[in-house]
Amino acid sequence: MFFPISGAHISPIYLAIVGFLIGILGGFFGVGGSFIAGPALRLAGLDWNFAVGTDLAHIVGKSVVAAKRHRALGNIDLRLGLIMAIGTIGGAEVGAQLIQMLKRAGNVNTVVSIVSIVVYLGISSFMIWESWKTLQMQKNKVPRANLKGAKTKQDESAFKPATRAIQRVKIWPMVSLPVSGVKSISLWIIIFVSFIGGVFSGFLGGGAGYIRMPSMVYLLGIPTHLAVGTDLFEIIISASYGTITHAIKGNVDILIALVMNTGAAIGAQIGAICTQYFTGPKIRLAFVPLPLIGAVIVIYTLWTGHKL
Amino acid sequence: MKADTAKTLRAFAVELGVYAALVVGYFFLVLHFLGDWLHQLELHHRTTYAWTAILLIVGQAVVLENLTTFLLRMIRGRSE
Repeated sequence: MFFPISGAHISPIYLAIVGFLIGILGGFFGVGGSFIAGPALRLAGLDWNFAVGTDLAHIVGKSVVAAKRHRALGNIDLRLGLIMAIGTIGGAEVGAQLIQMLKRAGNVNTVVSIVSIVVYLGISSFMIWESWKTLQMQKNKVPRANLKGAKTKQDESAFKPATRAIQRVKIWPMVSLPVSGVKSISLWIIIFVSFIGGVFSGFLGGGAGYIRMPSMVYLLGIPTHLAVGTDLFEIIISASYGTITHAIKGNVDILIALVMNTGAAIGAQIGAICTQYFTGPKIRLAFVPLPLIGAVIVIYTLWTGHKL
Repeated sequence: MKADTAKTLRAFAVELGVYAALVVGYFFLVLHFLGDWLHQLELHHRTTYAWTAILLIVGQAVVLENLTTFLLRMIRGRSE
């Protein structure tokens, strides 16, 4: 099929299958999946600028589908999502400016690659340690029969003492997040956490869900199921902003995004429904390979010089 | 339990089949007609194109989500 905006010939079945696979990941983990979609679009022959912009547009559509499903399951904290969107958009602009600075200094590829490898490996290692420890804690505490299925969204975490200390920091204004079960937390901490996620989004590309979802769980104390749903809701806002700015720069082939979205619509629903059958620590443990895949892709590009 | 799983999988396969047929029709009809218009918009009116792109992707997502939910409900309802 010929896509006149980008001038690319790509099979619509290939696009729908890629969308379907990323949709499952997005629905289950609350991530945009740009670390797979970007290389997949490049592999199909799309220029890098179109791959980045089109991927963002596709993320918007997929997140709408997954967020609607998560909302029906009671997994979205609208107040938290709206607050986080402010920080993310601000952070994304700062991240984009950092990239411009590094471009002028002439070492953008090396710095971005090394930072992303350190971040990806750091997140994976930490999440392996934490989710494994939490699962061990649960095994010792709760009878096995009670662990089957995710009947409750109340989450346990081996990192809880640190999370409580963060929630106790009193910097006015304090907000409560009743949907997430957080009685009181500083607004500035929420904005700071989302700002950092936004900086990584602007700096490394994509939606940075691999940073935001764990940050929401470990730093803000949001239950995993709600972190997944709320992250998707927040991605709708921040990725829409990214799509508009990229479309104005001529980097979006919306026809490709629309075709990808036909597969993603089914995949995102499957992913969202699957979260019901897993407890928080198991979702977090299953999340670990995602940043590792990102790290492998960056190491490959650094090693071979080929940009996927 | 096994019968339930088989029923769910059958319902899902039927849904996928119906959905695929609808999507193929969508590719050839809607995207074919929209393609040239969007291309012209992208060349001459970038800002309008950007907003149209967002409206299209969100609109399609809402329609597809409703469609898949409806298909799943209808097919599951019949198989029970």
